[in-house]
Amino acid sequence: MVEVNYSQRRPSTVISIDRIPELKGWRQNGDRIEMGACMTYSEMEDPLFAAYVPSLAQAARTVGSPQIRNAGTLGGNLATASPAGDTLPPLAALNAQITLRSLRGERITTLSNLITGVKSANLGRDEVIVKVSVEAVDGPQEFLKAGTRNAMVISVATVALVLDAARRQVRIALGSVSPVPLRASAAEGWIADQVNWESPSVPDKEAVEHFGELVASAATPITDHRSTSGYRSHAVGVMAKRALARALS
Amino acid sequence: MRNCETPAGGGDELLAQYTLNVNGKACGVTKGRVEESLLYVLRERLGMTGTKNACDQGECGSCTVLLDGMAVCSCLVLAASAVGREIVTVEGLTPPDGLNDIQQAFVDHGAVQCGFCTPGLIVAAEVLLRDRPDASTLEIKEAISGNLCRCTGYGRVISAIAGAAEARREAQGGC
Repeated sequence: MVEVNYSQRRPSTVISIDRIPELKGWRQNGDRIEMGACMTYSEMEDPLFAAYVPSLAQAARTVGSPQIRNAGTLGGNLATASPAGDTLPPLAALNAQITLRSLRGERITTLSNLITGVKSANLGRDEVIVKVSVEAVDGPQEFLKAGTRNAMVISVATVALVLDAARRQVRIALGSVSPVPLRASAAEGWIADQVNWESPSVPDKEAVEHFGELVASAATPITDHRSTSGYRSHAVGVMAKRALARALS
Repeated sequence: MRNCETPAGGGDELLAQYTLNVNGKACGVTKGRVEESLLYVLRERLGMTGTKNACDQGECGSCTVLLDGMAVCSCLVLAASAVGREIVTVEGLTPPDGLNDIQQAFVDHGAVQCGFCTPGLIVAAEVLLRDRPDASTLEIKEAISGNLCRCTGYGRVISAIAGAAEARREAQGGC
């Protein structure tokens, strides 16, 4: 809409999908949570939803302003495919499945297959995002964001962490530190072996430090007008340690 | 205003004809281009200039209106997609003969200097006090976090909203 307001884009056709009930809100389907593409950030802040997908609720709370959160949607965040999209790291850490539909049929894809580069989504001209499905994970989730202030801020760096107790996995995804959302796989594998899964905790403080270093080294950030590459790497390391500590507390 | 520019190639724009429900009245829009924002249509097609236009990109909150009871930046809403929805602007919150309690509180607390951001702040405050009559200072700050004011420094805006909230609570307690 901003591009339209600034005459950078002149749509030849407009199709409103605002009032399609199937694209709205969220629902529980077995052990999965399904979110419609038109689900707004405000709806993600709902405590009922937050109980199932806390990292997305936390991410939604950090987006723009109340006005933006009332209008902006999950599908919009995905299709925009910005490196700074705040819902993307939680979706990456949750192994989200994204359903796309066109007259040719329906396909289900992953975040890493959908988002291929900076503001570049593998989305056909005839395709719409219909829904996003994530598992209702047994275990805590955290989302942390570094920015220049608390409101109306585009992320400098973000971290989403999911502690999947059933699979004994720690999954961590980073935002704004590479062209696409990034999973810190080496850090994930290493810390999973350090966690005492009987009563989730990390006995060794040095292990938490090393986890932060591994996460920081996974980032491949650039320096731009919002931050420097060095600060972004440092920030994701600090936020990773903090997210792990909160998830284990 | 940027929307008024003749498109490159000219003359091939999609014309739209639709009716919006603004402040309880059916308002016909004719010969609008289909990509026009709700803000543009309110101001330029319907002549309702209470809603202000500053950034056209959702950063400033000057254009805040209620869409089905939710505060949104009208510059980010496609006007044609607001068909069938209830739109309330600052004009709709204002009684015919004066000011509402929040507007009066802004005057009483000196929360207005140039006044450009005021309509958006009034709409944001209205929805806050509807949803959270006991709003804390932190909640007031979050509610107006999308409304930029470059004159007042926000202190008087916050005290005006807190004052209006307190007056409403007292009025209710007195019943």
